[in-house]
Amino acid sequence: MDHGEKRLMDKNQESLFVRLIPFFERYGILLLILIMIAVLHLLQPDVFLSWRNVTNIFKQVSWQSMLALGVFMVIVTAGIDLSVGSIIMLSLMGLAIASKAGMPWYVVMLVAPAIGFLCGMFNGIGITLLRMPHPFIMTLGTLYIFRGIGNLISGGVPITGFAEQIRVIGNGKIKLDVIFGEGAREYIPTSLILMIVIFFIFWIFLNHTRIGKWIYAIGGNPGAARAAGINVDRILIVVYTLCGFLAGIGGLILAGRTNSAYPNAGLQSELDAIAAVIIGGASFFGGRGTVLGVFAGVMIMGILRNGLNLMNVSVFWQQVLIGSIIILAVYIDVLRRQLATRT
Amino acid sequence: MSDNLVLEAKSVSKFFGTITALQNVDLHLNKGEVLGVVGDNGAGKSTLMKVLSGLYKPSEGSLFFDKEKVTLNSPRDSQNLGLEMVYQDLALAGNLPIGDNIFLGREPTRKVGPFNFLDHKKRKQLTEEHLAKLKINVKSADQKVEELSGGQRQAVAIARATAFNAKIVLMDEPTAALAVKEVGKVLDLILNLKKLGVSVIVISHRMDDIFTVCDRVMALFQGTNFAESELKNTSRDEVIGWIMGKKD
Repeated sequence: MDHGEKRLMDKNQESLFVRLIPFFERYGILLLILIMIAVLHLLQPDVFLSWRNVTNIFKQVSWQSMLALGVFMVIVTAGIDLSVGSIIMLSLMGLAIASKAGMPWYVVMLVAPAIGFLCGMFNGIGITLLRMPHPFIMTLGTLYIFRGIGNLISGGVPITGFAEQIRVIGNGKIKLDVIFGEGAREYIPTSLILMIVIFFIFWIFLNHTRIGKWIYAIGGNPGAARAAGINVDRILIVVYTLCGFLAGIGGLILAGRTNSAYPNAGLQSELDAIAAVIIGGASFFGGRGTVLGVFAGVMIMGILRNGLNLMNVSVFWQQVLIGSIIILAVYIDVLRRQLATRT
Repeated sequence: MSDNLVLEAKSVSKFFGTITALQNVDLHLNKGEVLGVVGDNGAGKSTLMKVLSGLYKPSEGSLFFDKEKVTLNSPRDSQNLGLEMVYQDLALAGNLPIGDNIFLGREPTRKVGPFNFLDHKKRKQLTEEHLAKLKINVKSADQKVEELSGGQRQAVAIARATAFNAKIVLMDEPTAALAVKEVGKVLDLILNLKKLGVSVIVISHRMDDIFTVCDRVMALFQGTNFAESELKNTSRDEVIGWIMGKKD
């Protein structure tokens, strides 16, 4: 083999490698999920992949995924929303009070998203109009304010018992008698359907509409967005409002799932949401990340917690592991980016 | 003043708190003319460009497009009047592909029912056509801007400015960050725009740029009009003197 021929082969091998990079960038995280599923299935062959356990995972992540999706959009603009855990609690309390006051179920159902919407808009207006130096500060403030208001209106005690129509959203089952025969126990959770529909709508929004494109542009370079005539403040208000709205929907799902509103609802769930977004490959500096990545991040957190619970691993070890996975995921991302930008 | 006037600024002042960035500055630009604006750092060149493009509101004075008085509330207003700006910091979003940057804020869309969705196909096609027209070579219209060289980024910024048949293009130091080979291409592009009847204002420190492409040159000094001349009636040394605040 002469020298030239050898060089040509090197070049071919490299180009195959380089061609694989975008594939891993896009689907590497799904590969990670498959590996996790395979490992847990080997460790817990009877339980982990059972219908009951899988639907349980989806029911658990459905409300958390709403927070993650909202926080994701905020992070794409290079912002942060620390208040979503409190928004979910406040909207849950609002819903409970409306329910207790005897309002019809369809009004009660609207209360949680409406409260979330208003809370998010409050964040957005504060960040833009009050010219807060960073969204961290505004949403840190509202983290306390919203939870405080939630406790004020509820008296700091749990409120339980909602209408059947509310409970269906978080706990409903779509029976699969048609497939598995009459009386079968297999079912699809309503909250899973809701989650998929909402993720699909927001995927369209972020990838196929002008505002979605502008959200990414603002995260990439707000100056460029402004120079292009985009009203950056208005888009930011839209983003924080949608984030709050999604947290409100999360509150609605949680209400259905637990059939109760309690003072500690959503406590620290803003951090879980941020963790899921980061594990899903979004950049903390804005402009980068995908809806599919968020879904994957949420699933990784959910599967991990579920798997560790099944194996009776203590909650303390779970905390250590989740923390490690955040750092590992971001480090893998750093390495990946080094490979991708190599010339 | 000629009938070809496309842009005029009359007694424009701009204050930032106690700082006076511009004081009663006049400027006029004719159709198909290339005007060079020179001045030392802090002379007010960039501020003047930002006033003309609507990014800053003038504290005093007025602007006229095609002899009609206008008030610009945002760069979009000036874009609608046919004025485009190529910013010194390039104003590109590195995380987005070339085509997205060129059409940022003016994305082609298609209607599906009551909704407007991005027309990815059309954007790609328009991008490729436009880049070919300007003889800009890149691997693909889908390449992210952060992966491009400085010269390529400048080319994308100019492609962005000229994608919508602009009548007036403002360029702030278009050659400052470029390799020698790429400078010539940008200057050729400016002369090309002039041939097409586009008016161009170029801010530059480089006398080579000014004396290659401009028809007329004006100097700002400490935020005021200092000197102005047809290019054929002046010399490099005189213009350099103006920048330093020296006049015979």
